[in-house]
Amino acid sequence: MSIIIVKNLSKSYPVAVKEPGIKGTINHFFHRVYRSINAVQDVSFEIAPGEIVGFLGPNGAGKTTTLKMLTGLIHPTSGTVKVAGYVPFLRQEAFLQKITLVMGQKQQLLWDLPAIDSLKINAAVYNISDKEFQRRLGELTEMLALEDKLKQPVRKLSLGERMKAELLAALLHRPHVLFLDEPTLGLDVNAQVAVRDFLRDYNQRYQATVLLTSHYMADITALCQRVLLIHQGKLMYDGSLDGLLERFAPYREVHVELAQPLPLEKLKIYGDVQHLEGRAACFMVEQESLTRTVSKILSELEVIDLTVTEPPIEEVIGRVFQAGVV
Amino acid sequence: MKKIIRKALILLSVYYAYMVEYRAELILWVLSGSLPIILMGVWIKASQGGNFGLSSVDFARYFLTVFVVRQISVVWVIWEFEREVVEGKLSLKLLQPLDPVWHHVASHLSERVARIPFAVILIVLFFLLYPQAFWLPNFRQLCLFTLAVSLAFALRFVIQYTFAMFAFWTERANAIENFWYLFYLFLSGLIAPLEVFPEPVRKIVLFTPFPYLIDFPSSILIGLPVDLTRGFLSLIAWILIFLGVNRWLWRAGLKRYSGMGA
Repeated sequence: MSIIIVKNLSKSYPVAVKEPGIKGTINHFFHRVYRSINAVQDVSFEIAPGEIVGFLGPNGAGKTTTLKMLTGLIHPTSGTVKVAGYVPFLRQEAFLQKITLVMGQKQQLLWDLPAIDSLKINAAVYNISDKEFQRRLGELTEMLALEDKLKQPVRKLSLGERMKAELLAALLHRPHVLFLDEPTLGLDVNAQVAVRDFLRDYNQRYQATVLLTSHYMADITALCQRVLLIHQGKLMYDGSLDGLLERFAPYREVHVELAQPLPLEKLKIYGDVQHLEGRAACFMVEQESLTRTVSKILSELEVIDLTVTEPPIEEVIGRVFQAGVV
Repeated sequence: MKKIIRKALILLSVYYAYMVEYRAELILWVLSGSLPIILMGVWIKASQGGNFGLSSVDFARYFLTVFVVRQISVVWVIWEFEREVVEGKLSLKLLQPLDPVWHHVASHLSERVARIPFAVILIVLFFLLYPQAFWLPNFRQLCLFTLAVSLAFALRFVIQYTFAMFAFWTERANAIENFWYLFYLFLSGLIAPLEVFPEPVRKIVLFTPFPYLIDFPSSILIGLPVDLTRGFLSLIAWILIFLGVNRWLWRAGLKRYSGMGA
């Protein structure tokens, strides 16, 4: 039984268009022209309880709009959504108790007070008893390594600490479904790893379902077995990360260290040369001709070292979005 | 019920801590409400020359009370709400099982508590400088005043929160409040007590919500003649009217907020 069910979901909204210049401004004042933007078009998917799913897409692809429909902040133009058995837009209390939304660029903690004060408010708002509050607070502070940070004013915390405190506030009511919009935005590598580890830990401990968007592919590769790829409002791929690579990147990178430097012309015959620097060369080779090409290189050139790697996932996805291939 | 009390206490205590964080600002806010004290000087001077039916001591007491009423009924919810809508922070609050208005109510109420000590100091200072104006209201006046000023605060809050709803349609909802404030300034009794208004004007003004926000509670405390029944009924009626409009705009606004992509 799926915990998130999305069927033929679409959202379009009007945006006022203004021509440049004084004339445009005057026209804009008296006669506003609206253009309809199709932010999400006919998207369908289901997510099982306990899954961590990555939501990928370039800026403006419709990720945040979809998340907002799933949390009930915006009303779909058409299609249906069910999360944990509820229709999100009704925002029933029982539904709100089961979900959370974390937005990397928006915070809920009171800026000038220690985080603990905001947490107290959340505990009261979600009807968590004092005893239970202390217990969960202890548990989450330990998981997030936030000891003695909660008593400092939020404005004095580093970006990473603040994000962790935001996560603590968002998870205090122990939601079953987590919607995370860029939770690692702007964090340094260590803080990113800490947030990732925490999310994995939380998912395993409470069997929570996680739907996460991120521009850092490391977040996705570390956490998600399954990804949804959205582009221009349309769902382009739904499946495993490996499957994504196979489908959109049927090629491998062959890195070669040559005994002597060779000119580009001589290397071109073996495949698409990505870069060449001194004795190091990198070829892009289609998967079906990989064995043939590698043995040809080894037999015809003087090679010191040869490695075959998968192309970096960022590149693959970037290529998909650029080409618009499905 | 117990849960509601617990929620209220925690919200109040945290927002109190929040307000106390801005001690220096609080003093400035208290002082910025001293327009009535300036007007007091003007009216005391004027009363010595003309015949207004109120003595200079009456004017002093009136404007001191206006100062107190203003301290208790100052409201800024429209600026906060507008910011939340424009910055999209309202979204996070909408996902909590508590109407976001309670955060604003709590922050206003706890700010009152944080503000009182400064206001009291100013009142004591005033009586030291102007001892002939000193008076002690009786217990009945004090009770009625407390009730009237609390309702006046509630009305002022509900009206401004209703204007704040327009933030869903325009990014500059506070322009409405600024326009409304002009009428508030002249018709509420902030600039002149209703007693000195020409009779026909006074009669019309009494049909608006304005005089009940300042003149009514102030007149009770200093013992000027007031129609208590009409005053309290008007306060309650206006609160209910604006509350109705407010809830209607809130629902329509949320639909729009969500329609525009939150």
